[in-house]
Amino acid sequence: MMDLGKYAFEVISAWGISLAALAALVWWSLRRDRRVRAELERTERDHG
Amino acid sequence: MRALLARDLRLAVRAGGGFGLGLAFFLIVVVLVPFGVGPEAAILARIAPGILWVAALLAALLSLDRIFALDHEDGSLPLLATAPLPLEMLALAKAAAHWLTTGLPLVVAAPVLGVLLHLPGQAMPWLLVSLALGTPALSLIGTFGAALTVGLRRGGLLLSLIVLPLYVPVLIFGAEAARRGAEGVPAQTPLLLLAGIGLGCAALLPFATAAALRVTLR
Amino acid sequence: MSIWSYANPRKFLDTTAPWVPWLMWLSAAVLAVGLVWGFFFTPEAERFGSSVKIIYLHVPSALMAINAWLMMLVASLIWLIRRHHVSALAARAAAPVGMVMTLIALVTGAIWGQPMWGTWWAWDPRLTAFLILFLFYLGYIALWAAIPDPDSAADLTSVLCLVGSVFAILSRYAVNFWNQGLHQGASLSLDSQENVADVFWLPLLVCMAGFVLLFFALVLLRTGTEIRARRISALRARARRAEPVRA
Repeated sequence: MMDLGKYAFEVISAWGISLAALAALVWWSLRRDRRVRAELERTERDHG
Repeated sequence: MRALLARDLRLAVRAGGGFGLGLAFFLIVVVLVPFGVGPEAAILARIAPGILWVAALLAALLSLDRIFALDHEDGSLPLLATAPLPLEMLALAKAAAHWLTTGLPLVVAAPVLGVLLHLPGQAMPWLLVSLALGTPALSLIGTFGAALTVGLRRGGLLLSLIVLPLYVPVLIFGAEAARRGAEGVPAQTPLLLLAGIGLGCAALLPFATAAALRVTLR
Repeated sequence: MSIWSYANPRKFLDTTAPWVPWLMWLSAAVLAVGLVWGFFFTPEAERFGSSVKIIYLHVPSALMAINAWLMMLVASLIWLIRRHHVSALAARAAAPVGMVMTLIALVTGAIWGQPMWGTWWAWDPRLTAFLILFLFYLGYIALWAAIPDPDSAADLTSVLCLVGSVFAILSRYAVNFWNQGLHQGASLSLDSQENVADVFWLPLLVCMAGFVLLFFALVLLRTGTEIRARRISALRARARRAEPVRA
């Protein structure tokens, strides 16, 4: 691990929070897409 | 349009609903502030313009959902829409009625409440002028928000969420004018900008309001 | 063939669906390059120390926060003028992405502000304008969620987006004015882009490209989701209408 000096906490927390937010956004979008795809397939089978 | 305005005013006064309620809310908020920040006159005098402006804004917000809700519930909104009056003028009349029943009483009551908050005497005219110029804009913006959320079940809360960010420029210039007046600094610039926003809202927002109403009535 | 042929939801899906995974991976790769470069292989700035590394997330997210709203504005206009459903759904799909970008810009700014200015938050015009932008995103998303009829929701949110854009710009200049009125000329702005040295600028550029790609990937993905969700409700509605006949 590299030396971040006296700002280590700030840098790590900012990066951590941002990357976590991005990951959550991507994960949430992908999950919703999968669910809606499955739901659409089911609906098309039932009603289509 | 005049008939519509008179009708709305009569309804507001008679039903005892919106009218007076906003004023009472304004009074309560202003009375609560000293309990929150302490009774020290110097502090109160310093924050008085801002408090009065924020309280007036919240009081104006309180009665917004009634602008179209009553007409929507009893079905007179589609009737009003089919009247020969263009929807844009209807929006303007509704905003005017809201201002006359909510904004104008607030403007009149503000000096009295200013005394409660130790607002310096020299600030009074500036506060009055800034409120008189700013509250019509609040009513116009609020009418637009009300048109967006008319007929929604959880409309009230959503209405605040949508309208409050739109109030930001009006609040900034209005409170700034009142604050400058209190400090004895020339306050013309924020007043002129405030008037500009008000006129811009009056000219453009009725079209947006009417567009939203057309969607709701479709 | 004109660009408007992609306004057909079927064609839009068929065209974009194969692209989405590639875009996702491409944006992930570009982001990884930019972020690793920025994190491990850049020197510390004179005034900022290692805290300068926050810039690789702060600036791109702020950039996308504003651009996402611009894209929503254009999409809303297209919907209002040409009535293409894909356009309205794209605006809806972009809103949460823009909101998260605004949030990242605000949070990283606050964390960066703490050591630099000695405070998490200052009512600096730039910061305040971003907070207001965040509130606009909230209102926009809430309005979409609240209106049951999809076409009305698209119309009303589009109108809100238009009016909101005007007021967002107005607020931007109003807070400028307001803060100058408070602290004369106290400039907390970090806008020293002009004299950022190449060592910081190049990885930052890669990060910005990564964020742009990620935004496109997410918006395409989410627009596809919205189109499918709309199709589900349309199929269900048709089935409901058909039932009395069958019975």
